[in-house]
Amino acid sequence: MKYKKTYVEVTAKFTQDGAIIPLKILWNDGTSFFVDKVLDVRPAASLKAGGAGIRYTCRINMLETYLFLEENRWFVEEKCI
Amino acid sequence: MDRVILHVDCNKFFASVECLHRPEIRHLPVAVGGSVEKRHGIVLTANGLASARGVKTAMPLWQALNRCPDLVVVPPNYPLYVRFSGLAKSIYCRYTDMVEPFGLDECWLDVTDNVKDIEEGRLLAEEIRQTIKDELGITVSIGVSWNKVFSKLGSDYKKPDAVTVFTRENYKNLIYPLPVRDLLYIGPATEKKLLARGLFSIGDIAESTPEELCSFLGINGYMLHSFASGSEDSPVKNCEHKRGIKSIGNSVTAPRDLVCFEDVKLTFSVLSETVARRLRDSGLKAKSIGISMRNSELKTITRQLSLSFATASERVLLHAAMELFENNTDKPFKIRSIGICAFNLEDENGTVQFDLFGEVKENIKYERLEKTVDRLRCRFGNNCVKKASQMTDMNLTDFDPYEEHKVHPEGWFRL
Repeated sequence: MKYKKTYVEVTAKFTQDGAIIPLKILWNDGTSFFVDKVLDVRPAASLKAGGAGIRYTCRINMLETYLFLEENRWFVEEKCI
Repeated sequence: MDRVILHVDCNKFFASVECLHRPEIRHLPVAVGGSVEKRHGIVLTANGLASARGVKTAMPLWQALNRCPDLVVVPPNYPLYVRFSGLAKSIYCRYTDMVEPFGLDECWLDVTDNVKDIEEGRLLAEEIRQTIKDELGITVSIGVSWNKVFSKLGSDYKKPDAVTVFTRENYKNLIYPLPVRDLLYIGPATEKKLLARGLFSIGDIAESTPEELCSFLGINGYMLHSFASGSEDSPVKNCEHKRGIKSIGNSVTAPRDLVCFEDVKLTFSVLSETVARRLRDSGLKAKSIGISMRNSELKTITRQLSLSFATASERVLLHAAMELFENNTDKPFKIRSIGICAFNLEDENGTVQFDLFGEVKENIKYERLEKTVDRLRCRFGNNCVKKASQMTDMNLTDFDPYEEHKVHPEGWFRL
């Protein structure tokens, strides 16, 4: 399976203690995906898409997916069909 | 207890960072190389696959492509490497504040206070190795020992993605058979001298007396003896330790040979702009200036002069550089690369001695003007104000050493 790095628009919450929590991902075609829950946050590299930053393991529509914050841009590992 | 020093070396740093960001070329031989058009066409780093095919650092790109025709050459992205270097350093700082960088991709860490013995040092090194791999997606090799030189040897001993421990028990077996060239600060010239006297391995150096080594290496004989025998004991400097700046310089290899004074002046004008701006950024002024010139036969000469007053003005630097150049070059010439270096530095707020002819007053006026331009460039980018003279030959002046050349070589000898 091949993946590509896809930058996405994200709506996020900045908490009082400085944490950033993603709430909604806006896909390129205009579809919105709401983040049900953030399961894990850690610095990590994305070997699949290529990059490194803060990795959010998110549950979206019952599926677990990674969302990366690389400096000031968000990206996901998109499967290439 | 002995100190526990780690030396972390990011393997094939530039190439690894590029391969991380471009999964599509990860399985191919890759080299990071400068632009051939601008005559910076050498291999800066090659990945493992390219190295295995004979591509080496500093090799001209044409030669690398001859050895490995399917080599993928990618241009360097220094801001990205600086970012990764900073990320790696922030990981090291989780374990100790005694972190001393040695270039962008290497660091020494003194973890003596965090571990009971060298075995715990090894475990810590394994943890750091894994953390870098998980968080940055690149591999490191780590040397663990009781001094900086042996830990550096350790990080070179086994690559990539490995930890090597040199203890007081095993170092003679492992280090002494290594060739002299593996030791820090032994380059081709010193190697030649050592081999001529029958010193082939690090053990041979360690078993000679310092006086013997000094008889043909001068004062460096003492240093090399301490390096080889494990008695070197310099401390790992705290990462907060700010080094005193002794000189500020920039140089460039021109896209074509410089053949007239006008070419040289144009190139010097870009370089002096950057050197002066870096002086002002650091709150310094220079009392001496040096230039270096390398001709098309790769012969380099350097010349320097003292100024009658300290300056941070590009105008004064350029004038002095041209004076030096004109007095030390015979026509016709073919210059491949030139550089300007400002040294003998003083605080910009130091006392000023005015002169009879108003030169110092003029200098202050220029510095004020240039500081105003600095502020404009800070707000609107480096190209918002440009000298009209530099636009007469954009081919020569189309480089920005202020932004592009921020990666500085490191030396062992420093403040």
